[in-house]
Amino acid sequence: MYVEPGTHLMQGDEAIVEGALIAGCRFFAGYPITPATEIAERMSRRMPQVGGIFMQMEDELASIMSIIGASWAGRKSMTATSGPGYSLMQEGLGYAIITETPIVIVDVQRGGPSTGLVTLPSQGDVMQARWGSHGDYATIALAPSSAQDMFDLAIKAFNLAETYRNPVIILADEVIAHVREPVKVPPYDEIEIVERRKPDVPPERYIPYLPEPGEWVTPMPAFGEGYNVLVESVMHDEFGHRIGTDHAAAERMIKRLYYKIEKNVERISMYEERYMDDAEVAVVAYGSTARTALRAVREARKQGIRAGLIRLITLWPFNDRLIERTANQVRSIVVPEMNMGKIVREVDRASKGRARILSVPKVGGVLHHPDEILAAIKNAAR
Amino acid sequence: MIQEAEFEHILAKKYMRTEIMPHAFCPGCGLGIIERMLLMAFEELGQEEWDRTVFVSGIGCSGWTPLYFRRDAAHTLHGRALAFATALKVSRPDLNVVVVMGDGDSMGIGGNHLIHAARRNIGITAIIATNMLYSLTGGQMAPTTPEGARTNTTPYGNIEPNFDLMELLKAAGATYLARWTTYHFIQAKNSIKKAVKHKGFAAVEIVFQCPTYAGRYILNRPDPRDMLQWFKENSIPLGVAKSKNPEELRGKIVVGEYLHRTDRKEYTERLKELEERARGGGR
Repeated sequence: MYVEPGTHLMQGDEAIVEGALIAGCRFFAGYPITPATEIAERMSRRMPQVGGIFMQMEDELASIMSIIGASWAGRKSMTATSGPGYSLMQEGLGYAIITETPIVIVDVQRGGPSTGLVTLPSQGDVMQARWGSHGDYATIALAPSSAQDMFDLAIKAFNLAETYRNPVIILADEVIAHVREPVKVPPYDEIEIVERRKPDVPPERYIPYLPEPGEWVTPMPAFGEGYNVLVESVMHDEFGHRIGTDHAAAERMIKRLYYKIEKNVERISMYEERYMDDAEVAVVAYGSTARTALRAVREARKQGIRAGLIRLITLWPFNDRLIERTANQVRSIVVPEMNMGKIVREVDRASKGRARILSVPKVGGVLHHPDEILAAIKNAAR
Repeated sequence: MIQEAEFEHILAKKYMRTEIMPHAFCPGCGLGIIERMLLMAFEELGQEEWDRTVFVSGIGCSGWTPLYFRRDAAHTLHGRALAFATALKVSRPDLNVVVVMGDGDSMGIGGNHLIHAARRNIGITAIIATNMLYSLTGGQMAPTTPEGARTNTTPYGNIEPNFDLMELLKAAGATYLARWTTYHFIQAKNSIKKAVKHKGFAAVEIVFQCPTYAGRYILNRPDPRDMLQWFKENSIPLGVAKSKNPEELRGKIVVGEYLHRTDRKEYTERLKELEERARGGGR
C-alpha cells in the first residue's frame, strides 16, 4: 500500500506524494500546471490504491474548495499547484483560515510574474504565502530543500494542519520538485502521525469555535456525524453564527486565528544550523538555495572565513528569536534568495540592527552559483 | 421583532435553527417560500432522508437560505459551493448533498463549476434561486437579467442576452432538470423531492420574487403579491411552450420538468468502479 521502509531513489514530486499518503491524505484535487503536474499524476495513480480519492478539477478555484469540502467530510486532503494556480487559490485559502479547516497546499514555485518562467525555479512566492489572501490571518509555510524533505515535510505539514486547524503551505520550487535523489523511508511505527481530534461531548454541548482553556482550537467533527456544524465564511462568533457588527466578537475571533499560529512559533519553527558554533558570518537560506549556500559556506571555511548556515525549514511563522540570537552572535548575515529580496526583509527586521544584512537576490529562473554567495560571504567578513 | 410564538410553526420547530432567527431576508422576499418548499419536501420524504441530508450554499441572498436549517451546512464562497459539495459527495456518497445557489452565484461567478458538476453527473441536488439580478449588493445586472432591463449597473438598459439555465445544463450533461416559480409551490416541492431522490446531477430552478430590487427595477411591481401574480400570468407550461414561437415566448417563464434521464451513470458510482480497478492492479 505504502512505499516500503528503506532507501529509495525518488523524485521530489514522488516523495511528497508518498509522504502525504503515509500521513493519511485520502483526498487530492488538482489542476495540471507546470512544474507541479507530476504530483497530480502520481496522486491519480496512487490515491485509489490506498482507498482515497483523486479528482482533477476544472480549475484551481475548485481544487482548493474541494479539498476544504473533503476535509469537512473527515478526510485529510491536499492540492498542488504553481504560481498562477496559487494566485487563484488565495480566496480558498482565506476560506480555510476563517473556517479553521486543515488542508495542505503545495506550491511548486516557478518564475513570475504572471505566466512567467514556466519551467524554471523561483522563490518568488514566499511573501504571497504569508500575505496572499485578504484580511488578517497567520499561516504556516514550510520550505523543502531535498527530495527527503519533500517526504518528511509532507507528513509534518499534515500534522501541523491538524494540530492548528489551519492550512499549511509547502513552498517547494522547480528544482526540488524535479530532483531525483535517495529518500529514506523510516519504519512506519517510527513516523509520528497526528490524527484529527473529534469532539468527545454530545452535539448539544459542542461549541464549535470556543476552545477549552489553554487550547487554541476545538475538536473538529465531520459532516454527517450529527453535530449540525455551520461552516461559515462570514465572520462568526464562538457558535459559528455570523457576526453583524459585534466588534468585540470579531476581534476575539481574528486574534485567536492570528495568535494560534504566531504564539506557537517555537513549536512550529524548524531549522537546521551548520557550522554556526563559531560563525562570524551567517548565511540564512531556504529551499534549493540552501543547497548552494552550504557549498559556499564550506568553500568560505576552506578559505579561512568562519561562515555558518542557518537553513530555514519553517518560513512562516517567522522565527524572530532565532534571527535575533544569530544577529547577536555574528557580524553579518547573508541572505541569498531566488527573488529580488523578500525573506531578507524579515531577517533585517528581526535582527534589530545588530548585524549587517546583505541581500543576494537572484532572478531569471536560475540557481545562484556558489561563487556568488561566496563573494557575498567574503564581502560580509570584511 | 417577530414574536417567539410565530416560530412555533411545526416546520420551523422541527427543522430550523430558530435561535438565529428572524431571517435576514427583506419583507416579501421569495427565499422564505423556497425554504418552506425545501422543508415541505423533506417532511414528505421522511426523517430518514432528512437525517442524511447536508447543505452547502454560496454567497448572495440565496446563500443564507439553508443556514437556518438544523443540519450540517457550509456557507462557502461566491460561486464555489459546488466545488465544496463535489468533495463532500465523493467522500460520503451516502449523504444527500443539497446546494442552494442564486442565479449570479451559479451562472455568473460559479458558471464553470456548474457546467462541470453537470458534466460529471455527480449526485448533487442544486436548488438555483433566480431573482434576475444581484440583490445582496443592491440590484445589479446578472446573467439572468432580461434584455433591456434597467438595473444599477445597466442604467441605459441591459444589452446582454440572458442565460437559459435549463438549456445550459441539458447541454452540459445534467440528468434531472425542472423550473418553477415561487407561485408554483406544489410543483416545485414535488420537483425538489424528485431531485433529492435522483441519482445524478439534478437542478431545480425556482424563479422567486425580489420585491426590493427586481420588483422595483425590472417588473415595476414593488409589491411581492403583484410579483407572484406576474409569475402566474407570465408562466407557460413546457408542453404549451413547445407549440409557441420564440416571439411568443419572449419575456415568459417556461415552467415544468425539463429532463429526467437515467442513461448516464452517476459520478460516485463510476469512482467506486475506478477504485476497484485500481485495487485490482488493472487499468
